[in-house]
Amino acid sequence: MPTVTLNKTIFEQLVGKSLTLEQLKDRISMLGTDLESIEGNQINVEIFPNRPDMLSEQGFARAFSSFIGVKTGLRKYTLQKSNLNVKVDKSVAMRPYTACAIIKNLKLNDEKIRELMQIQEKLATTHGRNRKKSGYGIYPLNAITFPIHYIAKDPKTIEFQPLGFNEILCANQIPLLHPKGKAYANITKEWTKYPFFIDAKNNILSMLPFTNSHQSGKVTPQTKDVFIECSGTDLHNVQIALNIITTALIDMGGTAYSLDIIYPTKTITTPNFTPRSIKLDQKYINLRLGLQLKEKDFKTLLERMGYGYQKNTVLIPCYRNDILHQVDLMEDIAIAYGYENFKEEIPNVATIGQEAALETFLTKVRHILVGLNMLEVKSYHLMMQQELTQQMSSLPQPQNQPNHKISPQPIQSTATQIFTPPITLKNAVGDFNTLRNSVIPSLLKISAQNQHHEYPQKIFEIGRIFQKDTQNSTDTGIVETETLCVSLSHETADLTEIRQILDALCLLLDIKINIKETTNPFFINGRAGSILLNNESIGTIGEIHPQILTNRNITMPIVTFELNLEKLFEKMKNKRISR
Amino acid sequence: MEIISLIAKLHPLERKVLPLITKTGELHALSHAAQLQEVEVMRALQWLENKNLVHLHTEKKEIISLDKNGQTYKQHGLPEKIFLQSLSDTYQSLSQIAQKTSLSTEELNACIGLLKRKAAIELQKDKELSIKITAQGKQHLKQPSLEEQFLQTTFPRDLSSLNTTEKIALEELKHRKEFLRVEEQKITTAALTKDGQQIASHPDLKKEVTNRLTKEMLKTGSWKKQTFRSYDVEINVPAIHPGKIHFDNEALEYIKRIWLDLGFQEMSGNYVQSAFWDLDALFVPQDHPAREMQDTFYLEGKAKLPTQLFNKIKAVHETGANTKSTGWQYKFSKEESERILLRTHTTVLSAQTLAKLKPADLPAKFFAVSKVFRNEALDWKHLFEFYQVEGIVIDPHANLQHLKGYIREFYQKMGYEKIRMRPAHFPYTEPSLEIDVFHPIKKQWVELGGAGIFRPEVVIPLLGFDCPVLAWGQGMGRIIGEYWNITDIRDLYKNDLKQLREMKVLIK
Repeated sequence: MPTVTLNKTIFEQLVGKSLTLEQLKDRISMLGTDLESIEGNQINVEIFPNRPDMLSEQGFARAFSSFIGVKTGLRKYTLQKSNLNVKVDKSVAMRPYTACAIIKNLKLNDEKIRELMQIQEKLATTHGRNRKKSGYGIYPLNAITFPIHYIAKDPKTIEFQPLGFNEILCANQIPLLHPKGKAYANITKEWTKYPFFIDAKNNILSMLPFTNSHQSGKVTPQTKDVFIECSGTDLHNVQIALNIITTALIDMGGTAYSLDIIYPTKTITTPNFTPRSIKLDQKYINLRLGLQLKEKDFKTLLERMGYGYQKNTVLIPCYRNDILHQVDLMEDIAIAYGYENFKEEIPNVATIGQEAALETFLTKVRHILVGLNMLEVKSYHLMMQQELTQQMSSLPQPQNQPNHKISPQPIQSTATQIFTPPITLKNAVGDFNTLRNSVIPSLLKISAQNQHHEYPQKIFEIGRIFQKDTQNSTDTGIVETETLCVSLSHETADLTEIRQILDALCLLLDIKINIKETTNPFFINGRAGSILLNNESIGTIGEIHPQILTNRNITMPIVTFELNLEKLFEKMKNKRISR
Repeated sequence: MEIISLIAKLHPLERKVLPLITKTGELHALSHAAQLQEVEVMRALQWLENKNLVHLHTEKKEIISLDKNGQTYKQHGLPEKIFLQSLSDTYQSLSQIAQKTSLSTEELNACIGLLKRKAAIELQKDKELSIKITAQGKQHLKQPSLEEQFLQTTFPRDLSSLNTTEKIALEELKHRKEFLRVEEQKITTAALTKDGQQIASHPDLKKEVTNRLTKEMLKTGSWKKQTFRSYDVEINVPAIHPGKIHFDNEALEYIKRIWLDLGFQEMSGNYVQSAFWDLDALFVPQDHPAREMQDTFYLEGKAKLPTQLFNKIKAVHETGANTKSTGWQYKFSKEESERILLRTHTTVLSAQTLAKLKPADLPAKFFAVSKVFRNEALDWKHLFEFYQVEGIVIDPHANLQHLKGYIREFYQKMGYEKIRMRPAHFPYTEPSLEIDVFHPIKKQWVELGGAGIFRPEVVIPLLGFDCPVLAWGQGMGRIIGEYWNITDIRDLYKNDLKQLREMKVLIK
C-alpha cells in the first residue's frame, strides 16, 4: 500500500482545524487510513488502494476535514473553458485515451512542486498500475503552442532532450538509457511505435510512458500555469486520474480550464467535474448495518464523507473511483457513523459445529503416534528442488564438484504411488521452489539438522504431498494427499522397530495391512516393503539407503514408513458404512 | 539421629566403599579392596561427597611405567651388559658376538655406540668388525649401572619420587625404543570427613538393608522382616523425552475448538487452486497488484473451470450483471482465470463453500484453519507458507453488529481483552474492517486480522441470490509466536528436536 507524507502545518491549514496528537491519531485510523507514524511536522499515512483521491495532501485533507465535520458535503469545483484542444491520432492504439486540463495561477514553490510530484508518482503506481494502465504528465503552459497532437511515431524518427538529461537523444535510445525508460520498458516490449505529445510548433512535450522533454516538460517555482495530461488504456481511468490531480491543484489555489479532446470518432471535453448519482436503498443499508438510520441521518453521514445527498440520491464526487454499488456507500456511512459506535452482538442462531471428517481422523492418528512416544514435527510443503531430486538419489553422487550444477537425476518409478517427479513452481523468489512429492525428504532434512541432539530420535509428520494428476480427477492437474511419515533414528534402529510402530497404529485403527517385499531406490535392497491394504499399495516401509543418508551427511541409520492417510480414511469410512 | 537417617539413605555401593576409606583413600586401591569397578567406586565416592561424608582430592601425576622392551630387559638384563659380558681381551668378530648373545642387529649397533662412548670396548676394522673389552669395561662389569639400578625398582613410579641418579638414568632410558612410558594420570583420593569417620565405624552401616522391593518378597511376605534403604527423594534425575504434538498443531486444535463450540462447520480444500477460485470468484480485479508474479506462486498448466459459474463471474467483473453493480468495466480474461496457483488465502474455501450452498441450508456458519502461500523469500518476519483462520456466516439477518460480536468472542477466547475494529479495504468485502488487539505489554494496538461483509458481486454469482455473508480472516503466526516467545518467525518450523521436546504445552 502506498504511503503518503503530509506536512502537518499545511495539512492543518487545509483541514481548517488543528487537533491534539491523540485525536489526530485516532481520527486518521477511524477514517480508514493506516497511520504509520507522526514525526515532528511529518505525518506518514498508508492509503488503501481504493482511495487514490487521498494520495495527495489536498485530497487527504479534504476527506479528513469532512470526516471531522469542518467542511462537509459535496465540494464545488468550478471549471472554465480554455477553447484549446488536443488532437488524438488513431495511431495511439497501444495507449488510446487521454484526458487533459489546464491549471492557471498556481503559486508554486519547492514544497508545492514536491507535493505535485508525490501525487503524480503515487497515483501512477497505484491507480495507473505502475504506468501500465495510465501515466500522467504536467507541463509549463508557456512553452506550449496549441493545438497539441497525441500521436504514435517510430522512435527512430524522433530526437529530443529528455528531462534530466544534458543532451539530445534519439527516441529509440530512451528505453535503454533513461532511468524511467529502463524502469517501464516492460510495458512497451511489443511496441514498434511510441505515443508522443507534440505541440503545434513540432516541439516534443513527452514520450509515453517514459518521460517529458527537458524543454517543454520541466516545472519550476517560476511556473504559474500548467498543462496536464493523463493518458492510458482506459478512458474512465484517465478521467478519474485527471479529476484527482486537477481538484488537488484547485485546492492548492489554481484555476481550472477545460480542453476539447478530439478523437478520430468523437470529441469530449475534459475534465468533467459533474458528480455521478446513485440511488440509495435505505432499508438495505439499515439491515446490513444493523441500524435504524433516518433520512436526515443518511444526509449527515454521507455529507461527512464528502457526498451530496438528496432524497435517496447520492451525488458522488468526481474524484471517487470506488463506488461500484451502494454497498460502497454503506461502508462510508458506517465509517461516518464510527466503527467504534456499532454494538457487538452474537445473534441467537442455532447451527451445529462439525469438524471436517478427514481432519478428525488425522488428529486421531496424531494422538496414537504420540502415545507411541513419537515427537511430531512440521515442515514446509515447499522444498528446494535438489532436496527432492539429487539428494534423494541412491545412485553414487559425483564427487568434488561443489560449484557444479548437477542436472536432476530421474528417480526410477516403482510399484508404489510415492515417487512421481516433484512439481516445481514457475516463479518462486526464494530457494524453496518445489512442492514435495513425499514426506520422507522432509524428515531426512530434520534428521540431518538434529544430529547434535540426543538419540534415539523418533519423529513423525502428517502433511500433504503433491503429484501430477494422471487420472484427470482434478481441476488443476495436481493431486494433493495427506500423508504420514514416521522415522526412527539411532544406532540399532531396524525394520522390526519401525514395523512395530506401523502394526500398533493399524491395530488401534482396526485395519489389516500386509507388507510385500519391493525394490525401492530410497531403501536398502532387501529392506524395503510396500504396505498393502486389500492388495492396494498405500505406502512404503524400509531402511533408508546409506547413499541417501550420506547425501545429507547423516551418520545414523534411519528406518521409516510413509502412509497415504486419505486412502486409509476412505477404506475405514467404507468399512463403517458396510457394518 | 541425623547420622542414622543418613546411613539409612546410603546406597549399597556407598555402604561397601565407606568403611574401606579408613584404610586407603586412593581410588585404584579402593576398587581393588572393594572388588568393584573403578567407575562404580567413583560413583559411590561422588554420592558420598554430595552427602559431605568424604572429601575428594584429585591430583595429576606423571607416572613412569615400563614398556615392552623395558619389561624384557628388566627380566634378562640390559643388552649392553649382555654384550659386554660376552667380550674377552682378544678381538672377536661381531658375528661371533651376535651368536653368543642372540641380540638383534639393531641392539648390537646400539650397544657398540653406547659402550664406545663409555670407553668400555675397542674396535678393530678388518674384513669384519672385531671388538674386545677394555680395562674400563671390566670395571663396568663389576657393579650394576645407574640404569640397571633404576630398572630394578618397582614400576609404575611417580616421576616426582625419583632421586638425582634415577633422573639421570631416566634421561638415558627415555630415548630407547619402547622402553618407558611417561603418562599423566589423575589420582583420586578420598578422605573421610568428621561425619564420614563417625559413619564408617557406625554399627548401623553393617546392618542388612534392602534396595529393591521384589516380587518374591511380596509373594513370601519376607518384606516384613526387611529394612528398606531410604532413597534421596530430593535428588535430580535424568530427563526423558515424551511423544508430543507439534506446538503449531496444538494452537490449531485450540482455535478449531473455539469455532466448533460456536457452531461452525469446518471447510477444507486444496492448496493448489485456479486464479478463478482464488481471486476472480472473490471479485478481485484481474489487474489487481496482488495478482502479480511477485506476490503469488504460479504453476505450469491451465485449470479446468466450471463453465456456468465462469460466465456469471466474468459478467459481474465486466458489467456487474444482475448485482446492481457497475462491475470493474474491463475485458475479463479467461486465460488469467485459468492460471494455477498456490492459494493466497483461505477465503478461496469460503467462495467454494458458497457455491455449494442451497437456500435451505441457511443460516450456516463455516470456518477453516489452514495453510496459505505467498511468494516471499524466507526471513525472520516472512514465511512463504503460513496458517490463516477463516470464518463466514451466511444468514439473511446477519449485520455488521453480528460481525463485531463474533470477532470479539473469538479474540476474547484467544485471551485478548481489549480489541478494536477500524475501517480497512479488501476487494471482496464492503464494509471492511481491520481488527486490532491492544497489546498488554507493548501498550499499543497490534493488527491481527481483517473482516467484512462480502460484496454482492461475490455472493450473487456464487450463492445465486443476495444475502449478507459475514467474513473474517487472520494470520496465526503472531498469536502462536506470542505464547511461545518466538520472535523469529522461521522458528515455527525450525524443527529443533531439543526445543520441540522441551517446549511447554498450550494452556489458555
